[in-house]
Amino acid sequence: MKNGVIRELFKNRTLLLMFLPVAVLLFLFNYLPLAGLVIAFKDFDFTKGIFGSDWMDPLFDNFDYLFSSDTAFRAVRNTILLNALFITVGLIFEVGFALLLNEVRNKYFKRVSQSLTFLPFFISWIVVGVFAYNLLDFESGAVNHFLTTIGLKPIDFYSEAGLWPIILTIAIRWKATGYGTIIYLAALTSVDNSYYEAASIDGATRWQQIRYISLPMLRPTIIILTLLAVGRIMNADFGMFYAMVGDASLLFPTTDVIDTFVYRSLRKSGDIGMASAAGFLQSMIAFVLVIASNYAARKIDKDSAIF
Amino acid sequence: MPAKRFSISQSIIVLVISLFSLSCLFPFIMVISGSLSTENDIINYGYTIWPKHVTFDSYRILLLGSNRIIDAYGISILVTVAGTILSVFVTSMGAYVMARRSFKYRNILSVYVIITMLFNGGLVPWYIICVHYLNLKDSLWALILPMLANAFNMFLIRNFMNSIPEEINESAKMDGAGEFKIFYRLIMPLSLPVLATVGLFVALSYWNDWFLGLMFVDKQELQPLQLLLRTLVSNVEFLKSSSNASAMQRISAQIPSESIKMALTVVTIGPIVFLYPFLQRYFVKGLMVGAVKG
Repeated sequence: MKNGVIRELFKNRTLLLMFLPVAVLLFLFNYLPLAGLVIAFKDFDFTKGIFGSDWMDPLFDNFDYLFSSDTAFRAVRNTILLNALFITVGLIFEVGFALLLNEVRNKYFKRVSQSLTFLPFFISWIVVGVFAYNLLDFESGAVNHFLTTIGLKPIDFYSEAGLWPIILTIAIRWKATGYGTIIYLAALTSVDNSYYEAASIDGATRWQQIRYISLPMLRPTIIILTLLAVGRIMNADFGMFYAMVGDASLLFPTTDVIDTFVYRSLRKSGDIGMASAAGFLQSMIAFVLVIASNYAARKIDKDSAIF
Repeated sequence: MPAKRFSISQSIIVLVISLFSLSCLFPFIMVISGSLSTENDIINYGYTIWPKHVTFDSYRILLLGSNRIIDAYGISILVTVAGTILSVFVTSMGAYVMARRSFKYRNILSVYVIITMLFNGGLVPWYIICVHYLNLKDSLWALILPMLANAFNMFLIRNFMNSIPEEINESAKMDGAGEFKIFYRLIMPLSLPVLATVGLFVALSYWNDWFLGLMFVDKQELQPLQLLLRTLVSNVEFLKSSSNASAMQRISAQIPSESIKMALTVVTIGPIVFLYPFLQRYFVKGLMVGAVKG
């Protein structure tokens, strides 16, 4: 038996060798950090490394420290609330925009508008950050120039934390609506035209056709994409927050999320104990959520689950 | 009657879509306009759709004046080209092994890859592994290696290779070709459509990446373009948010001005906009393949 395994492996040694580069890369950049999660229970010392550092005494000290921090609590709350907001608004926009595009008769117009709305997806958040700055800057921003021209007071966006959930939502919708629409639009174009023909013979209006044919046809796609998004609700898009908000600490009450909090603790304040405890909790909750949402997605549609 | 109502709703739909489409284009135009404006116009009139006085000064300074920008451009191109070639080669080679039906243990390898899509160690251990154990701080490899192997892309390629008939392997084997030769000479050319898609995915993520630079590169001459842009933006912001405005005015002659920032943005997104027709086509294709089964 054991000999058989070795013989099989030896027979395929070229194949194994070909897999080796990827195997090593995944081991170094994915598996080692997984093992490195134990750092949350260690009194980390740079000279001793993750695995050589002493265990924390008491073991959960990093977590006690974390739970007593208001900033950490704020970061968790912001992550969940903002992601919930992004998912909801995103769903409405993407489905809505797909339905609108689907109604358009002119093929050329449809293609051009799809191209234009897909374009922002390809640029980095850094560039989006520059765009946002052009619009929102207190002195030279286009929005404030417009406000002063029509006789209103300019708004200092970069110190108004309350406005940022809205600003970030708009930024995501601007960047990702065209991209998110593609899958919904594909699902819509695959709907058999005879449904609509039969409905219109029966006297259904366009609106009724959307309500009773298009939307039900999109239902599985909507459910699955939403489930998978909910599975990632603990993970904030670090790139967006860092590029849009950056070090503007006045905005942190509404925009500091787990990922930016961990980054700051790690790179700025050097508070590795707290950062690793927060990261550990995030990884664990994310793991449970991913498994659960994937399980749910699998129940609804076998092909849509990741595994 | 119905015909008229229909055309009204059509025009409303067209109007809404047009407005949103234009809003997607608007910031791009504003940046180009800003890069061609004089500094005074930006200060007096803000960012506008059309420059009041057209000047190419910012581009001139960008090209001649600053080595840092040329360096950053070079780094970004190097990282993108090297990263894309290496990544496509390494992932497609791994995908080939996972797709090889005669290999009994290929599913174990697939599980090994899938696990990396599900479990995540998070930033802290990842960062310490890279810096402390792999010594990636301030090296060019830090900008390439961590993103090289991508599980999602591997499955994309594997699924495509699964559709290539196994007989090709067998007949090549009869002719005495080894596995690597079969992969390199037969399977890779046959998989060109999916490799092109993945190649564009990877190239785009390398070009747009600044996170690796932010984490690992402190040396200025190793900074990629996106990070340099970020540094310029945050510098200006930093100065703006600092309380003493008069000192800021004194310094502002030394720091890169607004229109240079815009010009750098244009140069950063230039290649993407230029390649956009290809990007769009292959992305939609890849998205569809990925949507079928990851």
